[in-house]
Amino acid sequence: MHEYSIVQALFERVAAEARTRRATAVHRLSIRIGELSGVEPDLLTTAYETFRTETICAGAALDLRVVPARWTCPGCGRGFDRGDVLRCAACGVPARLAGGDEIMLDRIEMEVP
Amino acid sequence: MCDTCGCGDPKVVPVDVHERILAGNDRAAAHNRVHFREHGVVAVNLMGSPGAGKTAVLETTARRLAGRERLGALAGDLATDRDAERLRAAGITAASITTGSACHLDADMVHCGLHELPWRDLDYLFIENVGNLVCPAIYDLGQEANVVVLSVTEGEDKPLKYPVMFRKADLVLITKIDLLPHLAGVRLEAIVDALARVMPEPEFIPLSVVTGEGVERWLAWLERLERFGPARLSRTAGSLRL
Repeated sequence: MHEYSIVQALFERVAAEARTRRATAVHRLSIRIGELSGVEPDLLTTAYETFRTETICAGAALDLRVVPARWTCPGCGRGFDRGDVLRCAACGVPARLAGGDEIMLDRIEMEVP
Repeated sequence: MCDTCGCGDPKVVPVDVHERILAGNDRAAAHNRVHFREHGVVAVNLMGSPGAGKTAVLETTARRLAGRERLGALAGDLATDRDAERLRAAGITAASITTGSACHLDADMVHCGLHELPWRDLDYLFIENVGNLVCPAIYDLGQEANVVVLSVTEGEDKPLKYPVMFRKADLVLITKIDLLPHLAGVRLEAIVDALARVMPEPEFIPLSVVTGEGVERWLAWLERLERFGPARLSRTAGSLRL
């Protein structure tokens, strides 16, 4: 259950940003989690809800967006379906992951004096 | 301060960050990587299920490279020093990273573990991760390459069930192939097919530490990693053919 260490890293990052801007409270976090990131959104949300008390994020809503995995051919641009062999039958080149491995903090809404 | 109406309420501002949540770990890993490269140490992150044969592969590797290459290992272990003991018995300079309840190693744990080893004198440093096909895949440790050990006894479908781990693999060692005749319903071809559906450039070596099959290919792969680095591996290692 590495989701706990992910939320710890998230709290530390938000706290650092809040200190820099002398924020008094954090209202909302926007994060993106890719389908192939290895992070389970439900577990992450549970870890966030469980551990945010007594952190800077105690009153902050978590806005989590799940990004589907998207494999494409770098030659012809065609997409791959789930379970496909990850090599383009037409071009013979390996597929490339165009999105879906994100573990990103996009935005923090904070209250500043 | 709210400057719209002059009410004196604090102002809520959006701050765009667009940074990986694990950026702190990424920085620590980059730091480790610089150290390894400066001292010519090839670091390999060895991952796989509990019991897949990670330690056995390292024992065989040590015996075959004894006197030729200096091997070291950091063994991530939840509660014991057993793996490090086995590795030391095989001639590897080894230390344990006891993780307690943590299911993976991160770059800081590796950095601390290095203090227990004369790592600068090594040719290869194997980081034997905690036995787990999920969590270790997420953390960069500063390694030169990721090697995933998958035993045939785990069944044909593990790559499809754990795509994140296998996507991160530079090489998959398919171990215990001497047991294949005893495993009804497990075919090497099916494991390879599953790998091709989660890895765009699947590199794998079927291997048995009992018969020695595949061990030469594994040692040759390590030597190529040392000479060329990971960028050249896909062009120098074996192809999808069995």
